[in-house]
Amino acid sequence: MTKAPPLLTKAQFALTAASVTAAVLPHVWRLPGMFGGPILLVLAGRWLHRHFGGARIPIAIKLPLILAFPAIIILHYGNIFGREPGSALACSMLALKLVETDTRRDARAAIAFASFVLMSALLFNSSLGFALLLIAALSLFFAALRELENRDGDAQRALLPALREGLRAGAVSLAAALPLALCVFVFFPRLGSPLWGAPTDATARTGLGDRMAPGTIEELLIDDSPAFRVTFDGPPPPRASLYWRGPVLWHFDGSAWSRPEYFASSRAGGNLQTSGATIGYDVMLEPSDRRWLLALDMPVAAPETAVRGADMSLVSRASVDTLLRYHVTSAPHYQLDADLGPEQRRLSLSLPPGFNARSRALAEDWRSTLRDDGAVIRAALDLFHEKFFYSLNAPLLGRDSVDDFLFETRTGFCEHYASAFTFLMRAAGIPARVVTGYQGGYYNAVGDYWVVRQSDAHAWAEVWLEGRGWVRVDPTGAVSPQRVELGARAAAGASAPWYQADWLLGLRNQFDVLSRVWNSAVVQFNSLRQQSLLTPFGIEKAEYGDLVTAALVGSSVLLALFAWWVLRAPRVRVDPLDAAYAALCRKLARAGAPPRPQDGPQTLALRSADLWPGERDVQRLLARYVNLRYACALPEAGAVRAFAQAVAALHLPPAPRART
Amino acid sequence: MAPGHASALRWSRLLEIAERRLPALTRLKREEPLPITLDRHRIYVLPTRFGVLFSLVLLVMLMGALNYNNNPAMLLTCLLAAASYQSVFASFRTLDRVQLRRLRAEPCHAGDTLRIQLLFHAETRPRNSLCLRAAGGETVFRVDPAAETRVHLELPAAQRGLRRLGRMRLSSEYPYGLFQVWSWLNPDFAALIYPRLETDAPPLPLGGADADTTPVRGSGDELATLRDYRPTDPLRSIAWKASAHHDTLLVKEFELRRGRDVVLDYSVLHGLDREARLSRLARWVCAAESSQIRYTLVLPDTRLGPGLGSAHRHACLRALALQPGGAA
Repeated sequence: MTKAPPLLTKAQFALTAASVTAAVLPHVWRLPGMFGGPILLVLAGRWLHRHFGGARIPIAIKLPLILAFPAIIILHYGNIFGREPGSALACSMLALKLVETDTRRDARAAIAFASFVLMSALLFNSSLGFALLLIAALSLFFAALRELENRDGDAQRALLPALREGLRAGAVSLAAALPLALCVFVFFPRLGSPLWGAPTDATARTGLGDRMAPGTIEELLIDDSPAFRVTFDGPPPPRASLYWRGPVLWHFDGSAWSRPEYFASSRAGGNLQTSGATIGYDVMLEPSDRRWLLALDMPVAAPETAVRGADMSLVSRASVDTLLRYHVTSAPHYQLDADLGPEQRRLSLSLPPGFNARSRALAEDWRSTLRDDGAVIRAALDLFHEKFFYSLNAPLLGRDSVDDFLFETRTGFCEHYASAFTFLMRAAGIPARVVTGYQGGYYNAVGDYWVVRQSDAHAWAEVWLEGRGWVRVDPTGAVSPQRVELGARAAAGASAPWYQADWLLGLRNQFDVLSRVWNSAVVQFNSLRQQSLLTPFGIEKAEYGDLVTAALVGSSVLLALFAWWVLRAPRVRVDPLDAAYAALCRKLARAGAPPRPQDGPQTLALRSADLWPGERDVQRLLARYVNLRYACALPEAGAVRAFAQAVAALHLPPAPRART
Repeated sequence: MAPGHASALRWSRLLEIAERRLPALTRLKREEPLPITLDRHRIYVLPTRFGVLFSLVLLVMLMGALNYNNNPAMLLTCLLAAASYQSVFASFRTLDRVQLRRLRAEPCHAGDTLRIQLLFHAETRPRNSLCLRAAGGETVFRVDPAAETRVHLELPAAQRGLRRLGRMRLSSEYPYGLFQVWSWLNPDFAALIYPRLETDAPPLPLGGADADTTPVRGSGDELATLRDYRPTDPLRSIAWKASAHHDTLLVKEFELRRGRDVVLDYSVLHGLDREARLSRLARWVCAAESSQIRYTLVLPDTRLGPGLGSAHRHACLRALALQPGGAA
C-alpha cells in the first residue's frame, strides 16, 4: 500500500533536463555524428514529450534504445572501454536516463550521473574557457537539485523565476565553496602513476604532422589556438629569425613529403658547430598528441625528455598529451654537417621517377647554364619572386603537383613553395630537404612572453652547400616577405575574417595571459610541484602524510571559519533610544529600584520621586524619554545622542528606602 | 502491508525500550512548555541516501581525475564536493531558531479525525520544505519570516480521553537533498477526544421514572414569555411576528415543565460495558443539545446540569471523555 511517489513538476523536469543537456553538450560536438545526433534527438524528443504532457514512456520504447546505443558503440569502437567509447556510452546512458525520469528519485540520480559526465568532458579539453563553462554549468545542477527539494511551493511554479533563483543560489554555493575546494585541490595527494590504463587514445588535434602534402596545413593556418608559448631568458631575437624547427622531411613520393621512420630514433647526430651568443628560452607546449618538440634553429642540446635527431629536430620520448614545459638553448649562428655522409646525400637527392618532368627539365637546364649552386638557388628564388602569388586559397594540384604549381597555378602558400623549391634543388643536384615548423609569434606585452599559434605553421627548405653545410632558404619569403616579417595573417591580406580584427586581438591577448596562468598553475600542477608546496613550512619534500595533514588542517580551519560565519547569531539592530532607556533602567536597578516588567516610564518617574525626594534628574530624564519616544514619529538623532549622554552622566545615589 | 507494518512496530517498540533505559543516549526529550525554539543543541544531521550516492559519484570522479592526472577535472570535482558538503550548513540554517509558538486542537469524537493547528515562527529568513511528522501524519510547509505560519495536522482519534501529542519530528532536506536535519518536538499538550458517538442509539430517555410520557411536541409550544434577543439564541426561537412590532428582536421563551428535562444517567444503563455506556451517553448529550432539551448528566462521580448550551455540552462530553479507562 505504498503511495506512488509524486511526478516531477514542470519546473523540476525542465531544470533536470537542462542539467542533463548541459552535461552532454560538451561531449556531443566531439563525438562522431552517428552518436551525437541520436543523443540530441532523444533529449529533444523527451523534452517535447514532457512539454505536451506525455505520461510515462513504455518499456517497449525504452528497451530497444537501451540496447541500441551500446550496440552501435561496440560496432564503431570495438569495445566500450577507454576514454572515447566510454564517454559515448556515458552520454547515451545519461540521455536515456532522462527518458525514464519521472520522479524526484530518478531526477536526483540523473543529476549525480550528469556531474560525472560533465567532469569527464574535461579529460578531452582542459582549456581555461572550457573549464569555466563547465564550472558555470555546475550552478545549473545546484539549481535543479534545489528545485527538486522545493516541495512546499505550488506545483505550477513558473520556470524562469525558479531558474533565476536557483542559479543565483547555486553560484553563491560555488563561490562559498571556492576556498575549501582550492585547499583540497592543492593538498590532495596526486598519483605518481595512473591506477589503470594510461590514457593513450589520441583525439584529432590539429598540429604539425610528419607528412606534408601541399595544401594540407591549410587547416592549420586558419586555426588560431596557441601551439606553444615562449619566455626568453634574455632579449628576444628579431621576429624574422624566429624559425621554430619541427619535423624535417626527407622523403618525397610524388605527392607528399614525409620523414623516414628510422630518423626518429637515430641518435647519430648531425655535426653542429656553433659560434657567437646562444639564446635560452622556456617553451610551454600545448598538448599535440605528437612527439615533436619545437626549438629555434639550431638547438644546442635536447631537453631531458627528448632526443635530438641527426637533422636537429627534437623528438620527445613520449607523445605530448598534456602540457609540456621544457628549456632549450639554441645557437642562431651555426654550421651544420660540414661533410655530408653518403647515406644522407643519397636521401637528400632522391626523387621519385616519373613525376614532374617539366620541373626536372627546368632544373637540369639551370644546372647546365649556371655556374654554381648559389646561382641555381637565386634563379629559383627569382622565379618565385617574379611570377608567383601568396594565397591561402590555393587551387588543387594534380598528379604532377610541382609541375602544376610551377607552370599552371602559381598560387599557394609556404608548403607549395617549400615543396617546389626543394624539388627543383634536388633535380639540379643540390642536396635539399623540407623543414616544417612555425615561424614568428606574437609578443604579449601584458604577460611578457611570446605566443605562437597554430596559424603560424610554416614550411621552408634547407639546402646543403659545400663548405657551408645545411643552409636555411625560405622560398615563401621570396614571394611574400610580409609572411616572414608580419606573419601569416598579414600575408593573407584582406581575406582576414572579422574575428581577427585588431580590437579583438587585444582582448584575445589578455585572455591568453589568463590561459597561460591557468596552464602553468592548474593544468601543469603535478606531484613534483605538490611536493615542494610545504617548503615555506620547513618541509623540503612533502610526503603523502604531510600532504594529508595539510589538507586536513587546512580544510578544518576553513570549515570552522565557515561554520562560525553561518552559525553566528543574527545581528539585531538596537534602537539607540531604546539602548539609552535600558541603560537608565539598569542604573535604577543598581540604585536599588529595579523597574518591574509592567512599569512604564511614567510609573518609574512617580516611584523615583517617591524614592529620591530631592532628586529631579531621574524624573527629568524620564520625561525627556517620553517626549522623544512618543511625541514624534522619528526622534532626531542629535537629541537621542544628547539623551544617551545625559543618561551616562547621571549619578544616582542608592535609594534611601532600599538601604533600610 | 503486514510484514512492513510489523517490523515498523517492532522497531518503534525497540526504540521505546531504548529511550526508557538509556535516556541520555537516545536524547529523550521530556515534554516541555511552549514556545519551543530549536537550536544547535537539539538539531541532528545525517546524510540522506541520495547524499551517500552522491558521495560515491564524487569518489568516482575523484579517482578519474587523479588517474588521468587531469587537474581541471580535479578542480571541478573539488568544487562540486565542497559546495555539496557545505550545504550541510544551509540545511542546518533551515531548522535553526525555528519556533513552535502555539498549539490548538478542536475537540472531536473518537473515530473522527483530530485536527491540530500548530503555529510556527522563524526570524530573519524563510525556511523552505519543512516536514512535520507526527503519529503517522506528515505535512510539508514553509515558514516565512514576516508572519506566523499555521500548520494543520490531521490525526486519527482512536480513543476517548486526553491524547498526548507525543513526539513530533520536524525535518528538512533543503537545499539540495544531500543532508537531512531533524529535531524532536515534544510539546506539553494534549487534545481532548470525546467518546465515540453510538451509531444506532435508542432515542432520548424522555420522561424518566417520575415524568409523564407525553410526547415532546404535545404541549411544548406553550409560550411563557417574550424576552429580548441575545446573540447566543437559536434563530428558530425568534418570534418574528412579535418582533415586527418592536424595534428589537424578541425571543420566545418556553416554559419547560420539570418532567420534560431529561436525565442521562450512567448507572441506569444496565447490560452495557463502560465504553458502550459512555458512547450512548455522548450520543444522547448531542441529541438533547440539538433538540434543545435541557439535560442532566449523572455519572458515578459527578452530576452536571441541568443545563443547555455549548458550554454545558462541552462540560458533559469532557466529563464523559475523562472517565477512567480512557487514554491518559
